Amino acid sequence: MKFGVIVFPGSNCDRDMAMVTEGIFGQPTRMVWHQETDIADLDVIAVPGGFSYGDYLRCGAIAQFSPVMQSVIEHAKQGKYVLGVCNGFQVLTEVGLLPGALVRNRDLHFICDRVPLKVENNSSAWTRGYQKDQVITIPIAHGEGRYHADEATLKGIEDNGQVLFRYCDRQGQVTTAANPNGSLNNIAGIMNEQGNVLGMMPHPERAADTGLGLVDGKGVFEGLLNLVA
Amino acid sequence: MQYHAQIYVTLRPSVLDPAGTAVESGLGQLGYAGISGVRIGKYIELNLEANDEADAKGKVDKMCDQLLTNPVIENYRFDLTPVAVTA
Repeated sequence: MKFGVIVFPGSNCDRDMAMVTEGIFGQPTRMVWHQETDIADLDVIAVPGGFSYGDYLRCGAIAQFSPVMQSVIEHAKQGKYVLGVCNGFQVLTEVGLLPGALVRNRDLHFICDRVPLKVENNSSAWTRGYQKDQVITIPIAHGEGRYHADEATLKGIEDNGQVLFRYCDRQGQVTTAANPNGSLNNIAGIMNEQGNVLGMMPHPERAADTGLGLVDGKGVFEGLLNLVA
Repeated sequence: MQYHAQIYVTLRPSVLDPAGTAVESGLGQLGYAGISGVRIGKYIELNLEANDEADAKGKVDKMCDQLLTNPVIENYRFDLTPVAVTA
């Protein structure tokens, strides 16, 4: 699969993402500057973490109008894959490809940590590399990662099985104490109704290189590339 | 006509505002009793060209819906005042 990694002014996880898709998984990958509009050659678009456009006004608010995002919307409408991590998740909610919004963490801190996540649903392309209810550890690094949606939206994504990852404790219990940022229903990652767009605050690309000692994020890419045995 | 818009963006009541809660407790520590419901929002001002007040209102509404606010988490209201243009 050919990957494109969007680069906004202020993106800072773009090269980490390319390092994984190209360096670890050997997939052709090109960086896509935010002014580009022709992304027809790409199978998977990754919207990386960082602080696009300085996160002015709201996280992801300005990025949603960049020329490339109009093409990303088209790409998603064609059923092709879009992966948004951290700031990328915020951009995908702002642009309307994913429901809900990400707001200031409950305790107001920027959190940089490795946290356990429970894989809620392994029937998606994104999570078929995991077991259902598997507890994985993935880094988070965000100040605005508290997932919020109105009641009807929340019920909708829960009923449809769109919640893929939840914050949990080491035993896999989804508790308030194990919720680092106050996200509703401990939500850490969701997909759209069609299942081709994933947004998650944790960074799977930071947990995919054996050299770094943490490889639980590899499953997202293995699932996507259908490398699952 | 030129108008001056003063836009107040507030978090929807259903969205928890931890910064507001922190400020509220700060006020309590300073000795202000009976403070409640502290919520922190944003204030945006801008000037715009419009045919008349209805046109200006429509334009500001559109800007708020498209960019200035996120309707999932925020509400807004605004005041418009005509700006006197010197000939």
